[in-house]
Amino acid sequence: MAASTAVRMSVGLILRFSRVSPRCNLCNLPGLNTCTHTNGGSTRGSIFDPFRNLNRSLQTSNCVYFSEGVNTNTEDPKDFVNVVYIDRLGKRIPVKAKVGDNVLFLARKHGIDLEGACEASLACSTCHVYVKADYYDKLPQPEEREDDMLDMAPMLQENSRLGCQIILMPELDGIQLTLPRVTRNFYVDGHVPTPH
Amino acid sequence: MNTSRVFAFKPMKSLLTTKCSRAAITSGLRRLACTPSSCPRVCIVGGGPAGFYTAQHILKAHPAIQVDIYERLPIPYGLVRFGVAPDHPEVKNVINTFTQTAQHERCSYHGNVSVGKDVSVEELRQAYHAVVLSYGAEVNRTLGVPGENLAGVYSAKDFVGWYNGVPCNKDLKPDLSGETAVILGQGNVALDVARILLSPHDILTNTDITQPSLEALANSRVRRVLIVGRRGPLQVACTIKEIREMVNLTGTRPDMLSADFKGIAEVLKDLPRPRKRLTELMMKAVQATPAGDGLTSRQWGFRFLRSPVEVLPSPDLTRTAGIRLGVNRLEGSGDGARAVPTGETEDIECEMVISSIGYQSLPIDPAVPFDPRKAIIPNAMGRVLQATGLYCSGWIKRGPTGVIGTTMNDSFDTARALIQDIETGVLDISTVKPGSQTVTPLLQKRGVNPVSFSDWEKIDVEEMKRGTVVGKPREKLLDVTEMLKTAHS
Repeated sequence: MAASTAVRMSVGLILRFSRVSPRCNLCNLPGLNTCTHTNGGSTRGSIFDPFRNLNRSLQTSNCVYFSEGVNTNTEDPKDFVNVVYIDRLGKRIPVKAKVGDNVLFLARKHGIDLEGACEASLACSTCHVYVKADYYDKLPQPEEREDDMLDMAPMLQENSRLGCQIILMPELDGIQLTLPRVTRNFYVDGHVPTPH
Repeated sequence: MNTSRVFAFKPMKSLLTTKCSRAAITSGLRRLACTPSSCPRVCIVGGGPAGFYTAQHILKAHPAIQVDIYERLPIPYGLVRFGVAPDHPEVKNVINTFTQTAQHERCSYHGNVSVGKDVSVEELRQAYHAVVLSYGAEVNRTLGVPGENLAGVYSAKDFVGWYNGVPCNKDLKPDLSGETAVILGQGNVALDVARILLSPHDILTNTDITQPSLEALANSRVRRVLIVGRRGPLQVACTIKEIREMVNLTGTRPDMLSADFKGIAEVLKDLPRPRKRLTELMMKAVQATPAGDGLTSRQWGFRFLRSPVEVLPSPDLTRTAGIRLGVNRLEGSGDGARAVPTGETEDIECEMVISSIGYQSLPIDPAVPFDPRKAIIPNAMGRVLQATGLYCSGWIKRGPTGVIGTTMNDSFDTARALIQDIETGVLDISTVKPGSQTVTPLLQKRGVNPVSFSDWEKIDVEEMKRGTVVGKPREKLLDVTEMLKTAHS
């Protein structure tokens, strides 16, 4: 456990370093006001959604910390999981992940703008993502602490999850994750206010 | 390919760390690396989360901007160090990201510089293309009731500062000899204070709480904490995590009044999810409240629809003996409901009153516009009104509310606005600005010796070393003089 924590932290540090790199074409600009993408799903109504898929119980019930790093030692195609991120501008970013990868750290690895301020310790909601319905149902139920943090996430929806708690499993192949448009200060209709 | 991509950062990181520890050489290299015209210079006033997140996004989104962060204290991170509760170490993980930002080759940290006193905002505007004000909210809002200055009345800001090691609060020495403490306000700060007051000693011993406060709390006789709000259960300002921690706090039990929750069950289903879950949790606490009011264990509870009217003095008029609360009723519903006084009052005996009704920002410099009513800098999306080149982020921009994530988004927005202004030409970067090259000599001339990030790292190492001795992650230095001595050793 201690060893895995150390690995997790070192991978986290290395990946984090890339985050303030100037070479980021995702957030080059105020871009968010040009976003036309809308996220499906309505406001989340209930904590205990009775319609959630029951096959969750067949999966690892406590897979949160299995691999927060990004596996890179890829040999067998069966170990791949295809993931599509939809960034805050609505751009689709398909990436290939390995089984066991964590959605937050995978996003960082690919320069996708997911913050993860507390580094997957369930103390913030800055890695909030929307999970496409079919895949949302395949995820293990969020634990109470995740739900508590989700309650603080701006623009919470029924299909909201914290990226740091999603571990990619073979059955999630093709999963689509949408980053919420968090900003409230830019106009949602794309209007660019005149600077003064 | 993936492997090389991940691990390629490792040597770069160590290179960067080495570079940063040789600040002088680095700054020389930096100057060579970009021609003056291609180096827009931005300075950020305030080294807390707002300042660091603004810097982070500017550095990420623009390939050439040089960012200087000025902070009044020698040490960085603001409320992440001084506000976040010691038993919430996971929240402080953001420091790792802030450290990466401070060590970025285009970022410099200048601690121990009090903007508005050591250097004026106008001087900074002369030296930089843009100035971002991110200096937060430094005072506690006052209650404005008689008895507020009695012994035994503390502001939550000072109390939190005391156990978190804010240099100016180290001598607060709150009197913890009474049995009942009343906290006015029901935000997360109020809950933090309640939790620290009631936490069993062994929960705090291995946190970075200051040693003097840890010892004082070990001898505390406070057994009952009441958290008072002017509105009802559906308007509490704290978040669910903090209430859950109270519910689960070892050795304590809730002390709630079931009458306060009359009619709440019926409206529960129509509430938005966060409010619904939070209210359900409070109702669970109501059910867990045992009958009778014997002081068998440490207890905590909310009191609703009450506003402070007067802090009641002891017979000899020297200290707090109770608080008189005005009873309110609600007008309207939901978040917008207003508390209206009914004219009735009730008294609660207590030896300690902690006012946690919010922080407040102060103007930094007469040259900067300030809205005294809202206590913020008037701005549009982080652009200070009628002041081209001046920006703001964090609490000074939107008021003292929200969690770190809120400040993060808000700071990113300001950074975007700033970069947009550069790209649209609103912000003129064609002139050469000297940045810290003129500010640092100016400060030295005025007898100010700034603390660089590598200087701070010396303090950091020293604090962690002292922490190890007592089995804590760190033992904070409490004195600015000592901090400076360590930094410049």
